[in-house]
Amino acid sequence: MSRAIEIRNVSAAYGSHEVLRRVSLVVERGEFLVIIGPSGCGKTTLLKLINGLVLPAAGEVLVEGERLSACGLTDLRRRIGYAVQGAKLFPHMTVQDNICYVPCLDKKLSKEDKRVLAERMLAMVELPTELAGRFPRQLSGGQKQRVGIARAMAASPDILLMDEPFGAVDEITRRTLQGELSDLQKKTGITIVFITHDIEEAFKLGSRILIMKDGVIWQEGSREELLEKPRDAFVKQLLCGA
Amino acid sequence: MDEIFWVVRRDVSFPARGPCSIKKCYDSERIVFDGRVVKMQIIQILWERRAFFATCLLEHIRISLTAVVCAGVLGILLGVFISGRKKLAGAVLGVVNVIYTIPSISLLGFLIPFTGIGNKTAVIALTVYGLLPIVRNTYTGLTNVDAGILEVAEGLGSDGSQMMLRIQFPLALPVIISGFRNMVVMIIAMGGIASFIGAGGLGAAIYRGITTYNMTLTAAGSVLIALLALLSDWLLARVQKMVNRRYGIE
Repeated sequence: MSRAIEIRNVSAAYGSHEVLRRVSLVVERGEFLVIIGPSGCGKTTLLKLINGLVLPAAGEVLVEGERLSACGLTDLRRRIGYAVQGAKLFPHMTVQDNICYVPCLDKKLSKEDKRVLAERMLAMVELPTELAGRFPRQLSGGQKQRVGIARAMAASPDILLMDEPFGAVDEITRRTLQGELSDLQKKTGITIVFITHDIEEAFKLGSRILIMKDGVIWQEGSREELLEKPRDAFVKQLLCGA
Repeated sequence: MDEIFWVVRRDVSFPARGPCSIKKCYDSERIVFDGRVVKMQIIQILWERRAFFATCLLEHIRISLTAVVCAGVLGILLGVFISGRKKLAGAVLGVVNVIYTIPSISLLGFLIPFTGIGNKTAVIALTVYGLLPIVRNTYTGLTNVDAGILEVAEGLGSDGSQMMLRIQFPLALPVIISGFRNMVVMIIAMGGIASFIGAGGLGAAIYRGITTYNMTLTAAGSVLIALLALLSDWLLARVQKMVNRRYGIE
């Protein structure tokens, strides 16, 4: 069986500014990979390489054994969940339409199918089904974030990409959401790549943690490995927050 | 004839003195500017010549509606087309802007050698004028949609037309509709000038009023144009509200 994600010697740049320098990374199926690093280290770029929002200047990206190419991108993206900071729900759609967005891209769902799907997804992220008819601006920050995750998961993707999804919610809600996400991952066996700048969050969620600095992977390993053998002062400093 | 000449000359010499001086100058039956008398006269003339005004009104609606549809379709398509092309957008908006600054009466004059006189020329001129508000608002609305939302929509697997039709356009719709409202009011108001090149519409009543020195006729035509514009704007405001409710915007 092919690996979920394989990144080989990839460099990426915005104009003349190089963001990633010859990065290689393998993500196995069912893994919960957390990427952590200071802002501007290239972690978001690395994540966007996986669903083709950023195209590599050099090297190649393979998702489930398939090489990413410009032509098949939309199909591939529909099979990869994507959740971002602040959820970025579509403000003109109800919660139900937001959740059903991806499945509705390639086929027309009946009203009943949509309702059933929305109910199932809302239950999954532990939200009451009454919210289905609400608009995003009527939701709290935590509720929005949950709906964002439900939207990312609605087409039952095998891979879920999350870019600081809990960055904009309060501490208490964040803890709950982390717990739920952890359970969800164990239940579904989905592969998750998760970005954060909070080392506690990284330790709590990740089965493997990847520390980035200046466009390269600085160190990777499990919580224990990192705590035991930090590569240098930078990593030590990063870890002392936990 | 003598009297009218005299009046017209005096008219020119008292351009800024306002209603009182005019009343003093030509205290004849037809041009009393006392508010109440004029209002009575307008209602009277509207009733007495209702068939004429009805024809004018229908013609005005027909011309304006044609121009609104043309400018609306063309303007929105153009706005959508340039929304993803920054360089072209600057050029197109520039051209549309320049056209907008041509005095309407001279644009009508320019068109006569090409399209002759009559309704066709009027519709073309009104369409060209109507483009600016709708193109600009469509462009502004589409380009001001939150980039983060568009990126998520792309990252979730929307293709180009799905991005436009399901996300970008609906989110820009409130801005596009307010441009549309602007355009409709402008076209209806400007439609009054079209009769100077022989087109029909309420401008015909105004023009006839001016040439025969029948101020009441001119006023009646103007009032009808204003009412038509206000009514259209009110109807579109209702549509805007409905759209906002549909898209959850308060």
